[in-house]
Parts: sequence; C-alpha cells; structure tokens
Amino acid sequence: MADKSKSVTAQDNEDILVLEGVSKIYGELKALNNVDLKVKKGEWVAIMGPSGSGKSTMMNIIGGMDKASEGRVILDGMDITKESAKSLTNIRRDKIGLIFQQFHMVNYLTAVENVMVAQYYHSMPDEEEALQALDRVGLKERAKHYPSQLSGGEQQRVCIARALINYPKILLADEPTGNLDETNENVVVEIFRQLHNEGSTIIVVTHDPEVAAVAERTIVLEHGRITKNIINHNDYSKPINLRDYEGLSDEMLLGKG
Amino acid sequence: MFFRMIRGTFTKQLGKMLLIAFTIALGASLATAMINVMMDVGNKVNAELKTYGANITVSPKGASILSDLYGVEEGTGDDEFLSEEALPKLKTIFWSYNIVDFTPYLKGRVTLDESDVMLVGTWFDHHMETPSGESLDTGMREMKTWWDIEGEWLTDDDDDECMVGIGAAQKYGIAAGDTITVNKGGSSAEYTVKAVFDTGSDEDDYIYTTLKAAQELFGRQGLISSIEVSALTTPDNELSKRAAQDPQSLSAADWETWYCTAYVSAICYQIEEAIPDCSAKAIRQVADSEGAILEKIQLLMILITALALIGSALGIMNLVAASVMERSQEIGLLKAVGAHDIQVIGLVLTEIMLTAVLGGVLGYIAGMGLAQIIGMTVFSSSIAITPVSMPLVAVLVLCVALIGSIPAIRMLVKMNPTEVLHSN
Ligand SMILES: Nc1ncnc2c1ncn2[C@@H]1O[C@H](COP(=O)(O)OP(=O)(O)OP(=O)(O)O)[C@@H](O)[C@H]1O
Ligand SMILES: [Mg+2]
Repeated sequence: MADKSKSVTAQDNEDILVLEGVSKIYGELKALNNVDLKVKKGEWVAIMGPSGSGKSTMMNIIGGMDKASEGRVILDGMDITKESAKSLTNIRRDKIGLIFQQFHMVNYLTAVENVMVAQYYHSMPDEEEALQALDRVGLKERAKHYPSQLSGGEQQRVCIARALINYPKILLADEPTGNLDETNENVVVEIFRQLHNEGSTIIVVTHDPEVAAVAERTIVLEHGRITKNIINHNDYSKPINLRDYEGLSDEMLLGKG
Repeated sequence: MFFRMIRGTFTKQLGKMLLIAFTIALGASLATAMINVMMDVGNKVNAELKTYGANITVSPKGASILSDLYGVEEGTGDDEFLSEEALPKLKTIFWSYNIVDFTPYLKGRVTLDESDVMLVGTWFDHHMETPSGESLDTGMREMKTWWDIEGEWLTDDDDDECMVGIGAAQKYGIAAGDTITVNKGGSSAEYTVKAVFDTGSDEDDYIYTTLKAAQELFGRQGLISSIEVSALTTPDNELSKRAAQDPQSLSAADWETWYCTAYVSAICYQIEEAIPDCSAKAIRQVADSEGAILEKIQLLMILITALALIGSALGIMNLVAASVMERSQEIGLLKAVGAHDIQVIGLVLTEIMLTAVLGGVLGYIAGMGLAQIIGMTVFSSSIAITPVSMPLVAVLVLCVALIGSIPAIRMLVKMNPTEVLHSN
C-alpha cells in the first residue's frame, strides 16, 4: 500500500486491472511473454487460446496465486507483484472471486456452508446472506444438500455463489463451463450476464467459441502472447441463449489481423 | 463455522483420526506406565534392595576405634555401648525418610556345653513410634530376607526362644525344637530353639535371641553394642568422596549441597550428629550399588519413555501428512478463498490436538493399568499412581502431537492453491 501504487490509480481511474509487460518464465519456457492488458471496471472479457498458451498462468497471476517473473500487475490501483504471500491472500480474499473448471467444494459441508466458508475467512459467516447468494444462482432449495447430492451444474453454481459472496472487484473464471453440458453452460453464462448488468467485472477463460462470443471482448493468447483483441457487440438486455450465438470462427481467432 | 469444519473432518476421516488417536494412545500409555513406575520405583527397588541388608553400621565411638585398629569386634562388645533410647533418633535426621530399616545388636560371648559361642540380641519385627509421631516397623527380619530359615523367625516377644546358626547347630548337635542352656558369668538362661538358619557367612556360628533376653542375660539393660542401618542413598561422586574424608574441608556452599544430598557419607554424618558418641560407617560397596542400580533403572525407564514418545510422534507424522495430502484440494480451496496459512494450520492442528486429547486420555487410562501389570510382574506389588503424571503426560502428548504435525504443516504451507485446483 505504498504511495507509488496509489499514483498508478490516478492516471488510469477506469481500469480495474492493468498488466504491463508481464512474463512468466519456467526455465526455457515463457508461459507468458510480455503481456499488456487493460480491463475496465464492469467489463466482461473472455480469454481463448490453445492448450498450453498460458491462459491459466495469466489467471493465476491476476488472482494473486502465482507471481509474475517480470512486469507489473495493477489490481484496483495496487501493484500486486510487490506484495507478500500474506497480503496476496488478503487481496484474493477481499477483491477476487474465483471459479474453476473443477467444482471445488468442501465435500463434508452443505451447499450453504460451502458459501459460508468464504464468508468465514473474509469476515463473518452470515447464513441469511449465503442463502440469498444461492437464491441468485437458483439453488435456494438445495442449500442443505451436500456436494454428492448435487449435479455438476449445481455444484458449479454453488461455486459461483461462493465466488460472489464477498462482493469481489473482479470475477476470475477459468473454464467454468468446461465440465458442463449445454444446458448448464447456458445457466452459467446467463448468471454472468446478470452480473455484468449489475456492474461486475468478469474475466472468463474458455475453449468454447460461443461462451467466448458472449463476452464484450475476446482476447486470444498464443504462446504466451496476446495475438487478438476482438470486440463483440452483444445485447445484454434479454436472457442469453447460447444457440443464438455463432461463436467466433477459426478465421477470426487465428487469422492474421 | 470452524466447528462445523472440524466436525466434518472427523466424520469424513474418522478412520484416519482414530488411527492417529490409537498411535498417540500407545505412546501415552507407555509413558504413563513408565512415569508412574519411575516415581514409585524408589520404594520398589528400595524394598528389593533391602534384601541386600544394611549399608551403614553404627557403633560406639571407642569401640570403632578399637575395631579399626585391631580388626577385631569381639573383644569390644563388653567395653562400649550405645543407649537403646538413642534408636528413635535415627528417624530425626535430615534424610530420615531414606532410612528404610535398622536394627540394634547386643553381642557377647556365652558358654554353651563348656565352649564359647557368640550370642546376639536384636529386634526381629519391632514396632515403634518415632519422635515425629510416625509409626514404624523395623528389625532384622526385613533386613535379612535372604537368610534361609528352617523353622520360624523369632518375634520380639519370644524372650525364651532363640535361633541358632547352622554352624553352631552342627557343632553342638542342635535342631529346631531343642532346648539349650547358655551361661554368662553367674547367670544362665534357657531357650527353646525356634529355628536353625543358614546365611553363608559368619553369623552361622551365632545364636540370636531378642534384645530384651540378651540385655537380661548380660545384665546390660537399655544398652546395645551396635546398630545396622539400611538407607537409600545417592551414588557417590567427587564431592561426596571429599566430604567423606573431611566434611570440614568443604566450602559452605559445597557443604550445604553435600548435607542435603542423600550421599551415604552425609547420612552417616547426620547419624553421628543425632546419636551422641557414636561412629557411623558405610559398608560402601552395597550402598553404592543400591543408588547406582536405582539410577540405572530410572535411566532405562526414561529411555523407554522417550523412545515410546518418539515412536508415536514418528507414527503420527505419516498419518497426519497422509490426512493433509488427502485433503489437499480442500486446503487449496480454503487458501484460494482467502484463508491464511496460519488459519489452515490452526484448523488442522485443532483436529490433531482434539485427536491427541482423545488418544491421551485413553492412553493414560491404559497406562495406569500397564503400570499395575508392571508392578505386579516385576515387583509383586501395586504401583502408587503419582498425581503429577497426569499433567506431565498431557504435556508430553501435546508435544508429540505438535512434533508429529510438523511435516504436515510444512506441506500445508508449501501447498499452492493453483497446483491443487487445476489438476484434474
Ligand atoms: N508449474 C509449472 N512449471 C513448469 N511449467 C509450467 C507450470 N505451469 C504451467 N507450465 C507450462 O506453462 C504453459 C502454460 O500453461 P497454462 O496452464 O497457463 O496453459 P493453459 O493455456 O491454461 O492451457 P489449458 O488450455 O490446457 O488449460 C504450459 O506449457 C505449461 O506446461
Ligand atoms: Mg488452463
């Protein structure tokens, strides 16, 4: 919380997230290679790219779970590359909501308790609020169910409720629909639309062209570099049906541009 | 929430937790047994070692000089005496609790079938009240437990009876049940032989009767010629050897240390302080070995305790680490959600500590039983349970649980949420 990081805020008031020349180096391999990226407050960004292109690496660095080898990551006006592991945990707890491909739930806790775990480490568990969060993802009826009693889609919705419970500045979802069927995929994307309309910042990694096309902006990563930055023009006023979306074509994604 | 998470682990990993509790219980039970036996072993070993007899002899000052000079005891018996009334004073010295047994002797030559024989009067199972109000049973019977008796031990009321050593018995053709007549100067006494004994030493040529009967025969009412004392002692070291030569040569601080340690020389010194005009001498080898054996046994028990605890710490190390490993996803998730290392460690440690408490309680109960089994098989008597053993075992168990959790905690700290959460 040095004054230096505060001065960064002043110049880019709108950007909730700024990556400046970020690289992640594993020995010979540059998993991320000099990446620059700005995400505005309330923006919905999708990240695509082949397997091994560095998508998860980038998400982990943004989420404070991994450290960049080079460059700066400014999250909500704070340069997190300089922070200690302990304060990264605090940043993650206070500013970031995480959703993964696997539906990671504590399997001996009920759905509502799983949401409350995030509250517990953030501040105080509040069952009422946790139930409201489950209601938002349409799972109020299932609050007392254990993970083993929930379908994959339902588990992922619990994870979304948990990611949202502490009002994060930014929602990071790494292939949230990777293990879901079409119907559940649609449910998750529809939740994202509502969150977007409420002003949430969303960054979602996906392999699915339709899910990528639903976002406001799609970024393509290849060999650790950003190769495309595509603006999509979508109408977020009515519920999303993924079937209506063409999906970004291979030419658009991979062609020279 | 914390409580719900703990409860969750216990229901989910019940088997593993029980195994950890069991491992801790094993260590705790051995530690409990050893600590209690160790605390009580002084009394037990002491009771065992008493069988080796006296380790201090107390004699009148003049007599000791004579016997030291000429190496004879017999001629002195008639010259110098201690007062029987001085005996309770033995239990007034600083280390009185270390004096476990003592018996007085009144010795003198008597005539039997026209030849000389040594007659000794003593206590056999004397009951007395000490000046401090303690009641005490003492006497030769407890100090000479290895004597091989054919017939029955005398008691202190058997003033008309005697025990004859096997040497004398063979010489004069005496058997248990016979009646013998002994003469001393003008007086004579008639005793029924209650037993013939075999000691394998000089006493085989002696005749033993009660102190009262001997005092009457010799006309020495209220007098004794020596005392044998069985005392529990600390092995000698450099300090006690210097002190034994000349206590006055010590510095004030050394003197204090020496006086307040149960060295045989310190006990002798204190006996000489308590009983006027006496000389207390250590029968050194025996006194040394008693203390040394005691210390060795205690060292052995400390070693067993330490090994048991180390063993159970090592045992749970694997179990706790495996339990944490099994839950790596859950732990990674907690970290990702914003749990600090210290909070996750707190969660895991609380579980282990609860498990340790369960194991510790079970182990303590089992250990008390084990202590009794050891007492019964090794010492043929029960072990007194020492109250301090409970907090001591509790502290040891918690240490074991803590140490046993170290590898798991290191793993916890290293665990990176990204690795666990992205692996398929
Ligand atoms: N801990 C690590 N050590 C060494 N190399 C790593 C490590 N983590 C990731 N990598 C490498 O970095 C590159 C980028 O990995 P990353 O997980 O970011 O890819 P991705 O784009 O998420 O792929 P996918 O679509 O398969 O999830 C890969 O080549 C990977 O092998
Ligand atoms: Mg990935």
